[in-house]
Order: sequence, then C-alpha cells, then structure tokens
Amino acid sequence: MGYNCVVLVKQVPDTKRISGKVMNDDGTVNRSALPAIFNPEDLNAIETALQIKDKFTGRLVVISMGPPSAAAILRESLFRGADETILISDPGCAASDTLATSYILSCAVKKLDYDIVLCGRQAIDGDTAQVGPQLAEKLGITQISYVEELTELVGRTITVRRNIGNGWQQVKASLPVLLTVTSDANEPRVAAAKKMMKYKNALTPIEAEQKIKSENPQANSSEVKKLVERKCGELKEKGLLIKHWNLNDISADMTWCGQSGSPTKVHRIQSVVLAAKQSKEIQPTDEGIADMIHELIEDKTIA
Amino acid sequence: MIDVNRQGEVWVFAEQHNGKLEDTPLELMSKARRLADTLGVKLAAVLLGSDIKDLTIKLIQFGADKVYVVKHPLLQSYQTNSYAKVMLDLIHKHKPQIVLYGATVTGRDLAPRIASAAKAGLTADCTDLQIGDHKTAKDKKLHKNLLFQIRPAFGGNIIATIINLDRWPQMATVREGVMPMPEPDVTRQGEIVTENITITPEDLPLEILAEHKRPKKVDLKAARIIVAGGAGVGSRENFKLIWDLANCLGAAPAASRAAVDLGFIDRDHQVGQTGTTVRPSLYIAVGISGAIQHQAGMSQSQKIVAINNDPNAPIFQVAHYKIIGDLNGIVPKMIKTIKEKSIKEEMAINPVEALRLSNEVKV
Ligand SMILES: Cc1cc2nc3c(=O)[nH]c(=O)nc-3n(C[C@H](O)[C@H](O)[C@H](O)COP(=O)(O)OP(=O)(O)OC[C@H]3O[C@@H](n4cnc5c(N)ncnc54)[C@H](O)[C@@H]3O)c2cc1C
Ligand SMILES: Cc1cc2nc3c(=O)[nH]c(=O)nc-3n(C[C@H](O)[C@H](O)[C@H](O)COP(=O)(O)OP(=O)(O)OC[C@H]3O[C@@H](n4cnc5c(N)ncnc54)[C@H](O)[C@@H]3O)c2cc1C
Repeated sequence: MGYNCVVLVKQVPDTKRISGKVMNDDGTVNRSALPAIFNPEDLNAIETALQIKDKFTGRLVVISMGPPSAAAILRESLFRGADETILISDPGCAASDTLATSYILSCAVKKLDYDIVLCGRQAIDGDTAQVGPQLAEKLGITQISYVEELTELVGRTITVRRNIGNGWQQVKASLPVLLTVTSDANEPRVAAAKKMMKYKNALTPIEAEQKIKSENPQANSSEVKKLVERKCGELKEKGLLIKHWNLNDISADMTWCGQSGSPTKVHRIQSVVLAAKQSKEIQPTDEGIADMIHELIEDKTIA
Repeated sequence: MIDVNRQGEVWVFAEQHNGKLEDTPLELMSKARRLADTLGVKLAAVLLGSDIKDLTIKLIQFGADKVYVVKHPLLQSYQTNSYAKVMLDLIHKHKPQIVLYGATVTGRDLAPRIASAAKAGLTADCTDLQIGDHKTAKDKKLHKNLLFQIRPAFGGNIIATIINLDRWPQMATVREGVMPMPEPDVTRQGEIVTENITITPEDLPLEILAEHKRPKKVDLKAARIIVAGGAGVGSRENFKLIWDLANCLGAAPAASRAAVDLGFIDRDHQVGQTGTTVRPSLYIAVGISGAIQHQAGMSQSQKIVAINNDPNAPIFQVAHYKIIGDLNGIVPKMIKTIKEKSIKEEMAINPVEALRLSNEVKV
C-alpha cells in the first residue's frame, strides 16, 4: 500500500540576496532587486514526501499558487520526483492574504485524493507560517506544525517529532494529516540529471501558448488555439504537461479569494532605513578605550 | 467572523505550559494595557489549562482587568484543536475587538487555526501595535481607532503596517522579547470569569508520546549588559575573548547568526530576527557587520558599542560608540581597562583590601 502526498510550494523572492532597494520610490515592490527562488522549507516538505514515496510507494502531487512564472518551481519539483504538478493561476488570486490563500489552496486540494498534505513551515517573503495551519482547518484535518523528523508511518498512523521552541515533542496522529516541515527535517536531494533532461521541456498551457506564438508570429488566434491544443495534447501524452487550474476549475467562491477574501489590508509599507544614531568615534588606543569605559561607568551603564 | 464591535475588549491569550506562564503574554500586557486604555475598554487575559490556579492573580498584577478561565483536565497539554475550539467559543460569545497571541511556536500554531475558522484576519510576528485611523482610498471612508499591526517582512527589509477594516476580531501574533516586561502591581484587583466549555476526547487528535524541554542556557532577555561576537571573531577558540569580556562586565555572551552557524557558540545565544530580541542597557557588538536581521534584535539597546575593522560596516549606523580597528587588539585592552577600573572602585570602598589587590596587579 502506498500514500498519496500533496505538497504546497511557493515561489518567493530571495530575501537573502537582495540587491539594491526592495521598494520602488512609488511604494511598489522592486521585483528586479529580488531574484525568484523555490521557498527553501518547501524543498524540505518535498523531500519528506519523496522519502515516504521511496519507502511505501504512492503518488506525489505538487501544487503552487502564483503568477505564470511560478511554473519554474513546478518544473524543479518534477526534476526531484513529483508525479504531477498543478499551477493555480488566476487574476482573482492577486492580493490574497493568508486566509484567502489557504482558502484557494483548500479548494484545489479537495479535488485530489490525499493521505498526507505537506507545507513548508514558513515562506521567506511573507514570513507568516500561517498558510499551513489555515489550510488544515479548511480541510478539516489534523495539523502538526514545525515537524523536524518523520519518525514512523505505520498503516494509518504517523509519528513525528516537532520543534516546540525550547525543545521537542513526539506526537502520533491518524491520517489524514497536514504537516508543516522545517529545514531541520532533512537535506533536500538535488535534482536528478535524468529527470532534468526529461522534464526541462515540461510546460504549462500558458507557456505552451507563448512558445507557439513566438514560433508562429504569423498565425491568427484560431490557428494559435488549435496549435496550442495539439501541443498540450502531446505534452500530456509524454507526461510533460504542468496542469493549469483557474479559480473556476477548483470551484472557488470569488468572495473568499483575492482582495475581497482578505481581511488584512496594508495600511503602509516602509523600506527599512537603518537609523543613524548620534555617535562618537573612539580611538582604538589605551586612552580612547579608558575614556569610553569611564564615560559608561559615569553614566551608570556599567555598574 | 464577528462584526466591528467598538465596545469589544482587548484580549491576550495567556499561554502557559504545566502551570507556568510564558514570558510573552506578560510582555504583551503593558502594550495591551495601553491599547485598551486608548480605546476605553477592558483588558482581559484568556487562560486555558488544568493546573492553573495561581496564574490568574499574576495576570491581574501584570495589567489585566479580567481573566477568563477555562479549566478542564483535557486542557492539561496544549493541542491545536482543543485550544482553538475553546478560543473560538469565547470569541463568538464575547466578541472582543482585539485578540493578541505571543508569536511562540504555540501561538503560531494556534492563532492561524482560529483565524481560519473565524474567517478573520491575522497578522504575524508583530513588533509593535498602535491605535490609528485609516482612510480607504476608494470611497474615502474614515475608519477610526483601528489596530495598527506593525511587522517586518521580506526578511526584515521592509516594515509593513497591516490593518483589518471590518472582519473582526483584529488578531495578531507578537514577537517574543520586543516589548518590555511590565512591573507587576501587587495591589491590582481584577475580575475572574470562569467559563464552562465542553471538551471531549475527539478534540484531542494527537497523542503526545514524549516531550523534552531543553533548559535555556542563557537568558539574554534578562541581561543588563550583552557582549555579542560575530563571524569577525574568527574561531571558536578566539570566541574566548567574548566570554572574557562578558565575564568581567557581568554580561551575557551573545552572537550573530553567522557566528552561531560557524559553531563559535550555541544557538541559544543568537540575537536577531530569528534569535532573541534584546534591549539591554549596553550592547557591545564585536566583529559583527550589522545586517538588518541582526539589528532587528538589538537596535533598541540603550547604548551600543561597535568594534569593527571596516569603517563602512552598517553596525556603526546604530552605534553610540564606534571603534574602528582590529578586535583582537581592542577587546584585550577593554578587558584590561575594566579590570583596572573595578580595582580602583574597590579602593574607594576598602582602601586596605584595594591596596592589596593593586599590589597584586603590579607584581
Ligand atoms: C510584506 C508582507 C506582509 C504580509 N503580512 C501578512 C500578514 O501578516 N497576514 C496575512 O494574512 N498575510 C500577510 N501577507 C500576505 C501573505 O504573504 C500571502 O498571503 C502569501 O500568499 C502567503 O503567506 P506567506 O508568504 O506568509 O506564507 P507562509 O504561511 O509562511 O507559508 C507556509 C507554507 O504554505 C505554503 N504556501 C504559502 N503560499 C503558497 C502558495 N501561494 N502556493 C502554494 N503553497 C503556498 C508553502 O508550503 C509555504 O511554505 C503579507 C504579505 C507581504 C508582502
Ligand atoms: C531570514 C533571515 C533571518 C536572519 N536572522 C538573523 C538573526 O536572527 N541574527 C543574525 O545575527 N543574523 C541573522 N541573519 C543573517 C544576517 O543576514 C547576517 O548574515 C549575519 O548577521 C552576519 O553575521 P556577522 O555580522 O557575524 O558576519 P559578517 O557579516 O561576516 O560580518 C563579520 C564582520 O566582522 C568584521 N571583522 C572581521 N575581522 C575583524 C577583526 N579582526 N576585527 C574587527 N572586525 C572584524 C568584518 O568587517 C565584518 O563586518 C538572518 C538572515 C536572513 C536572510
């Protein structure tokens, strides 16, 4: 018997390698300063799912909600061993907070057959760690957050060790469960060369259309449509089609998506400007240091 | 979801484990007290558990007007579902306007589950909270007295102020250590409200097999002086300089994440966005460049001394005293000076003893 795993992954700006200013002067996010990457802890979630698949067999489906360019991380998921990938992309998803995001993701996951749903603990841009627990609530299943080790999986029960901040806790639960996985859980495997050769040609229907259009600049829209249909058919046959679902496909209620589905609103965003303090340069000499220490003792900073 | 309720109270989730309150709800009390006073409503703590008798008094002494108590044997250990169920019942019954949680692992596990079921907003990991007005761009409608939920995002590179216009309660988790712990007032009186809520074993889907609490090796939050070393210190051996300087100042030794990652010192000592937030009287940063994420945890210190051989290191922008130079020369000089000063001080107190000490130093 195997386990069906669904992993949720997010494409994020690489907050570690920010070059230049994060915010434009008009208050929008400066995307060019932020190269897009696979959210790091989502790779740990995928690795946990792959280890389950390696040991017990089963299907691994990877889902991402994001702009069409998020297809890049779904291709990377295929390189690592995903069986199926789905991109949820729709203008109605824009401006979703974590509540709307988890609602949209829940509509997609409900279409699938799953035993274990896995998320990264936290995305490095929004940094909230809220989507996992909210998705579990919407699916009505048990959540186990901050998982740092999958200890045992026997029949319909799973045992994991979770981080509780100042220590750990080992817990057991019945499937189905949702796990949020931390970077301590494992070392994500690198992409397999053979899979990379195969899946580098995997495309979403949106990308297929862009490709057809650039290859056939003369074609009119009905010809393009036909060519895209044919191309997607071929891709699907070879297992190279990254599915694209819009909000209609997952029967999402628009009132709970995007702007209208998001109770939190941004009042204001500021770039962090490190405040310059009134400072005094101290010479690195015996006298300089003695004077400083004396001052700190005088003003009772040092007792 | 509850509607806008201007009479609603301000609530703090009083996280406790094994009958001991966490620091975060107590830290939250002073800020929550101010919010409640600005709004002219009561501040209530919500306390769930089984063995929690003595905690109600403490919550009142730290600023609560009221404590809602839900006592039940099945609430002995925290579990997401049982705690969420109780909180949701109470929220629907009393319609608070603000609910605050510490951004501990438990707070970050519980609050989103509640927010999802209540279909309410939740802002993560706030570092400040204020009351303010917001005008919506479209209809120019003025929303008065909203909770401004202020938080860093994008790895600390931006600060966002988040609001929740109409789908209340306004909920937020608040980062540990960013708010100073208030002084308890032992004369404060408050109201204790006992609530009965049915909890069944079905509300406990987890079986907790084992739990291991690692005692914290250092309490950075309580330290008056902190000496922190960074990657610039160079090695675990050389980190002895940091320990020595800390020792002679009676300070707590701390580190940047780079120093922790390099294995110079244990992770408990990390200061910053993903470590501890501190606000000591004196913070001495040695060989630390001063990345945004490090500054997020220490820039509120009252006095900052920075030692770095790069005159352009960002840490100098927040330092009160900047010493440009090699830490390997400067730190031993500091240790020497401090030892001499403390001897002189003792001389003032006890001339005979001090004379003996200073003779020893001369020899
Ligand atoms: C500056 C800023 C501050 C914000 N603050 C808040 C806030 O306080 N409260 C709030 O509700 N929203 C907030 N948001 C919005 C929030 O970032 C988005 O809703 C986002 O879609 C999900 O939140 P996250 O990035 O925090 O993800 P997290 O909750 O940290 O992500 C956890 C896991 O959920 C899964 N996941 C998350 N997003 C997706 C996705 N799109 N597709 C597939 N899987 C996914 C991944 O497995 C991920 O590892 C903020 C956004 C910004 C830019
Ligand atoms: C999401 C996220 C969260 C993070 N959280 C944290 C956090 O909580 N805490 C944290 O600290 N960091 C955190 N970081 C990492 C942070 O970005 C920096 O990488 C880190 O703080 C750098 O540590 P450092 O200053 O010790 O090292 P470096 O940046 O390498 O700086 C070393 C400094 O030592 C100086 N130096 C070298 N030799 C000498 C000498 N002989 N004498 C004097 N000076 C010398 C150098 O000039 C340099 O300025 C986080 C990063 C991210 C992306």
